[in-house]
Amino acid sequence: MAENNQGAERVLMKGNEVLAEAAMRAGCRFFFGYPITPQTELAAYMAKKLPLCGGTFLQAESEVAAINMVYGAAAAGARVMTSSSSPGVSLKGEGVSYMAGADVPGVIVNVERGGPGLGGIQPSQSDYFQATRALGHGDFYMPVLAPSTVQEMADLIYLAFDLADEYRTPAMILADGMIGQMMEPVTLPPARDPETLPKKPWATTGTRMEREHNVVNSLYLSPNKLEDTNFERFERYAQIKETQQRQELLLCDDAEIVVVAFGASSRIARTAVREARAKGIKAGLLRPITLWPFPTKAVDQVIANGAKQFLSVELNMGQMVEDVRLAANGRAEVSFYGRTGGVLPTPEEVLAQIEKLANGEASGVLPRPVDCPSSNERGE
Amino acid sequence: MARIIVDDVHCKGCGLCVDACPKGVLALDDERITPKGYHPAKLIDPDNCIGCSSCFTTCPDVAITVVM
Amino acid sequence: MPAPKTPVTLPDYQVERIGSQIKEGETIKSARPHALTDAIFNYCPGCTHGIVNRLVAEVIDELGIEGKTVGIAPVGCSVMAYDFFNCDMIEAAHGRAPAVATGVKRVHPDNVVFAYQGDGDLASIGTAETVHAATRGEKITVIFINNAIYGMTGGQMAPTSLPNQVTQTSPYGRDVATVGYPVRIAELLSTLDGVAYVERVTCDSTAHIMAAKRALKKAFQNQIDGVGYSLVEVVATCPTNWGMSPHDAFEWLRENMLPYYPLGVYKDVVADGYANAAEAALARAKDCPIAQKGKEA
Repeated sequence: MAENNQGAERVLMKGNEVLAEAAMRAGCRFFFGYPITPQTELAAYMAKKLPLCGGTFLQAESEVAAINMVYGAAAAGARVMTSSSSPGVSLKGEGVSYMAGADVPGVIVNVERGGPGLGGIQPSQSDYFQATRALGHGDFYMPVLAPSTVQEMADLIYLAFDLADEYRTPAMILADGMIGQMMEPVTLPPARDPETLPKKPWATTGTRMEREHNVVNSLYLSPNKLEDTNFERFERYAQIKETQQRQELLLCDDAEIVVVAFGASSRIARTAVREARAKGIKAGLLRPITLWPFPTKAVDQVIANGAKQFLSVELNMGQMVEDVRLAANGRAEVSFYGRTGGVLPTPEEVLAQIEKLANGEASGVLPRPVDCPSSNERGE
Repeated sequence: MARIIVDDVHCKGCGLCVDACPKGVLALDDERITPKGYHPAKLIDPDNCIGCSSCFTTCPDVAITVVM
Repeated sequence: MPAPKTPVTLPDYQVERIGSQIKEGETIKSARPHALTDAIFNYCPGCTHGIVNRLVAEVIDELGIEGKTVGIAPVGCSVMAYDFFNCDMIEAAHGRAPAVATGVKRVHPDNVVFAYQGDGDLASIGTAETVHAATRGEKITVIFINNAIYGMTGGQMAPTSLPNQVTQTSPYGRDVATVGYPVRIAELLSTLDGVAYVERVTCDSTAHIMAAKRALKKAFQNQIDGVGYSLVEVVATCPTNWGMSPHDAFEWLRENMLPYYPLGVYKDVVADGYANAAEAALARAKDCPIAQKGKEA
């Protein structure tokens, strides 16, 4: 985070470009990517700016190649990133799994669009499962950070590089087309002095004939050795879960109905919660900033504060709601409301759901609510 | 006079050195078994080894040291 | 090859095991290169991977580059190559070695980066990475082992399996009418402007092995000199999955592989009189104005 405001500057910028600018300020000098809507501004910004600061922008032949270039550059000790959008991120799954297995840090940005398949190009949060349940094969997790403002695009990618290095893991920024495309004023973090970046004695930089050879590898033919590495990695995950949960709580001190929402949907939910309060409903907002680790401690806290119901509001058919349910673990009712395919709910829609819960009615997306006309009914 | 020393740790008794030897002075040693269970290469006619290193060059397990 | 300038010595791990057998007055003529570790190759007896691993290590020794070399191991029989070399090593996903090598080389351009890949890895699942690293002119060295079969998984048809070759997944012989033809990688890559040097060699005889070493040395030297992407294709054997003795495998290689995969230099921009691949590419596009833009006077 931009704790030290020296060198900080306030500008009006687009979310995707802020990701790029803040990444460079975090010391990222290598970007490998492949064009895809709606994240392309990020790559274009990197293409323009990285060569000017001695960095490398390389447009790879595919997402698969891009993430493996990230793996190579990260193995060589660099701060490195790639960015894409949902269909492209699926292709990166292989490389991310290898990075996790080889304990190699790197940052992956997903500016989500609707799916499945080619889906659409409008904002979505339908990759929550993919991001938080391991983007690739094998036993692994990675920190997943979800910005809800352009300012957080800057702060969280800055943090993502530090978390990645500290815990030797890939880390993901899970943004969406809405925050990626919007412009807001932002205070940019100061540029990191490369000398202050963590040293990486494990990196494959050449032995200089001064040390044993380093090997970056995820292959263990001995099951016991492989199990050892997984136990070691999950001890790091336990540490991350203990120390890195992040969230914002709004009006949660006495909230009985707590809306849980991240990213773009949290902006809508925030308005709905305020409107519910204006109507005398004790509503609050729990906005996870880390999706993995999921802020379970905050869930505990709002339950202790008297929360009786959770409403997970997402731009998908119900994914994070499972984490809310796991965290609540039967101590509160959990329901879900979401729009999908790139459709954004209005604050009124969310407010209507909060009111339903306040009146003891069930909330949910099925059957399709009458106030959410289909494309056919809209004459499309 | 040249000769070879076979590293039993590496030799897998594939016999390519025997084929490669222009003087026919090598054979697999039926009387010995390496820790990995192979019959290692052996110099059977030390007087005629010319130290050409053909065996070394062909050995896929880099098990041969040639000395002169 | 000219004899190495420094006297041949044993690697540390062999000093006791082998050194104790050397008699007073004897000198070492040939020994394990220092760039190899003491790890026992996981290759089957008579597998030619080991020969090429040794040649790579010898070249690293002779060029004195072990301390700045980073190798990329593939998926396949040479998957464990990261254990065999004393330089820094990275294990890549199947087919991705050229992309991983690209990442390393872009971060540390002064390092010498090599990728060691088999035919399934380089010419099938990693074809895109191979072609694009080559056409980008990545200044890396690629060693391509073509033994016309998937070894590690037990002998399935490879992109380079010969027409009518029987494998586990072409049990009636490779039917070109349904699965198409083998890929000739050296020929294919030689058409790309980023490529500085491609040669196809083999390892069935002492003379051929020494020629293979000269090719490998050139491929590494090109990288050191910044000439461009270099690839050496080694036509190799897989005695186990071909179902032959190592001796017979060489016979089969000479009889069937070499006519399909002719040995020789397919591209060498330096031999053609250019300083590097970029200069050769510029000359080739001499009639294209936009390609000549920015050309130094």
